[in-house]
Amino acid sequence: MNTPLVSLIEAGKSYGSLDALQSMTMSLNEGEVMGLFGHNGAGKTTMMKLILGVISPSRGKVEVMGMAPDSKEAWHCRSKVGYLPENVSFYEQLTGLEVLTYFAKLKGFTGQGAKKQVTDLLEQVGITHAMKRQVKTYSKGMRQRLGLAQAFIGQPKLLLLDEPTVGLDPMATRDFYKTVDQLKSNGSSIILCSHVLPGVEQHIDRAMIMSTGQLLAMGTLSELRQQAALPVAIKPSGLNGSVASDRKLKRFLTAACPDTLLVPEQEKITVLRQLLSHDGLEDLQVEAANLEQVYQHFLSLHGKQHEKKHQSSLPASGVQS
Amino acid sequence: MRQILTVANKEFHDGLRNRWFISITLIFALLSIGLTYFGAAASGAVGVTSLSTTVASLASLAVFLIPLIALLLSYDSFVGEQESGTLLLLLTYPLSKSQLLLGKFIGQGSIIALATLLGFGASAVLLYFQLGDIEVLTRFAVFICSAILLGLSFTGIAYIISLSVSEKSKAAGFALITWFLFALAFDLALLALLVGVEQGISQTGLTQLMMLNPADIFRLVNLSGLDSSDVNGALAVAINASLSQGQLFTALIAWVVLPLTLAIFIFKRKKL
Repeated sequence: MNTPLVSLIEAGKSYGSLDALQSMTMSLNEGEVMGLFGHNGAGKTTMMKLILGVISPSRGKVEVMGMAPDSKEAWHCRSKVGYLPENVSFYEQLTGLEVLTYFAKLKGFTGQGAKKQVTDLLEQVGITHAMKRQVKTYSKGMRQRLGLAQAFIGQPKLLLLDEPTVGLDPMATRDFYKTVDQLKSNGSSIILCSHVLPGVEQHIDRAMIMSTGQLLAMGTLSELRQQAALPVAIKPSGLNGSVASDRKLKRFLTAACPDTLLVPEQEKITVLRQLLSHDGLEDLQVEAANLEQVYQHFLSLHGKQHEKKHQSSLPASGVQS
Repeated sequence: MRQILTVANKEFHDGLRNRWFISITLIFALLSIGLTYFGAAASGAVGVTSLSTTVASLASLAVFLIPLIALLLSYDSFVGEQESGTLLLLLTYPLSKSQLLLGKFIGQGSIIALATLLGFGASAVLLYFQLGDIEVLTRFAVFICSAILLGLSFTGIAYIISLSVSEKSKAAGFALITWFLFALAFDLALLALLVGVEQGISQTGLTQLMMLNPADIFRLVNLSGLDSSDVNGALAVAINASLSQGQLFTALIAWVVLPLTLAIFIFKRKKL
């Protein structure tokens, strides 16, 4: 059993009466990539700050590499942590090279070591051609790449990336995910914080869904799918309305999409067999619920619960009769 | 320690890059050489005037300029980085808040110190060659040292402002008010007190009040040894009851250390 690299035990943070983060428990193992999803104000950034040790928890315990990250002992661990903030504009008057060199020095690299590290990283994120230019001339995408290079300094064991792919073009996004996979295979743990993005699914091991400072769901994608019990969409073609006349299949059709069968996970195989028995079947598309749908499901569920709570706390009126 | 120097080095180079250093040095040099040469123009003569007149004019000039420059140089040190997001990022690095603050202080302080030394040093050298008097150098040494301490003191005060507000524009406003209070309003208030309230305040009381303003301490340091014909106003009264140079310098150093300590304290409690 490995001890987890990061663990939050009933940890929460309040600012005055505002609960930025309600008590939550989670852990992140070595070499694991966790996706952290939620709207603005969901508590993602607060959680990252807790893990980074920039703020201290109001209650509960946070441990990173076996130590409280806001303590003095955890100091030397900080050079093993990389962070990409959500909105960062680096020193505009410095060149990309100078910015990165400054940060590398602060992470403890000196002289030739720093130089090599910096040129390698600039190469890796693909802004070597612009490294002698001032940051103020950089495009949004280039700034984001510079931010990533900064987070990658010193082969961090733990990476926290807030909206890493914002402003990146598709090529750069692909390169970014490649780097994520590579870091992961080197044993780095990564927390990817984002709005739900297409393409992130195959790169994360587990997902956390948060809203208004509360953890709504956590688990692998298939676990979350199971919890959400979202139907699988099956789209047959070439059947020419014979589905609608099939008594067994008819009930999976909805008015909204008359060509698609929405089938619960456990009945998927039965329905597929049934469909295959139709001679006219030309093609078949099976789509499990994607991350976005799972995310929407948990959010709307949370919204409903919230409403219900609100209603039940109102004085009951007009109930007699 | 290495972290502090890394930050200091960056801040110092920022000061060189954005032309602060060269501007301050030039302003100081031009003004001080100008005053040295043309200080006596009012009495009809051009050329080097007496040492005490020169130092008196330089001190009255520096007491306005140096606080303003120090505040302008440093008011956005923290609030600026907070707005751009780099402050949060820096604090996730193996860099403590006091290291960051001291690093900035050393970097920006060096800019001010070096500019003061070169700018006013230029007229010291000029005057020394003209008068050939060793007293020029000792006088100017005192003047430059106290000017540097004055600059450092207002750098610390600028950090307090920069750490207490959340917007750059607010910091600029507060910096301006601070400058106005210390450089102008404080003295006017003292004068009003002296004239308006009869026997309301003794000479020692006045001198003690002056310790509440680093700009006034700076004035006392530089004017107390001069012929009193060059000095007037509230200061002339205070000078008669003057403290020793050592005490005055101690007070100036306290005015550097205290704002810095307070700034670190505010920084440590600051919500990020």
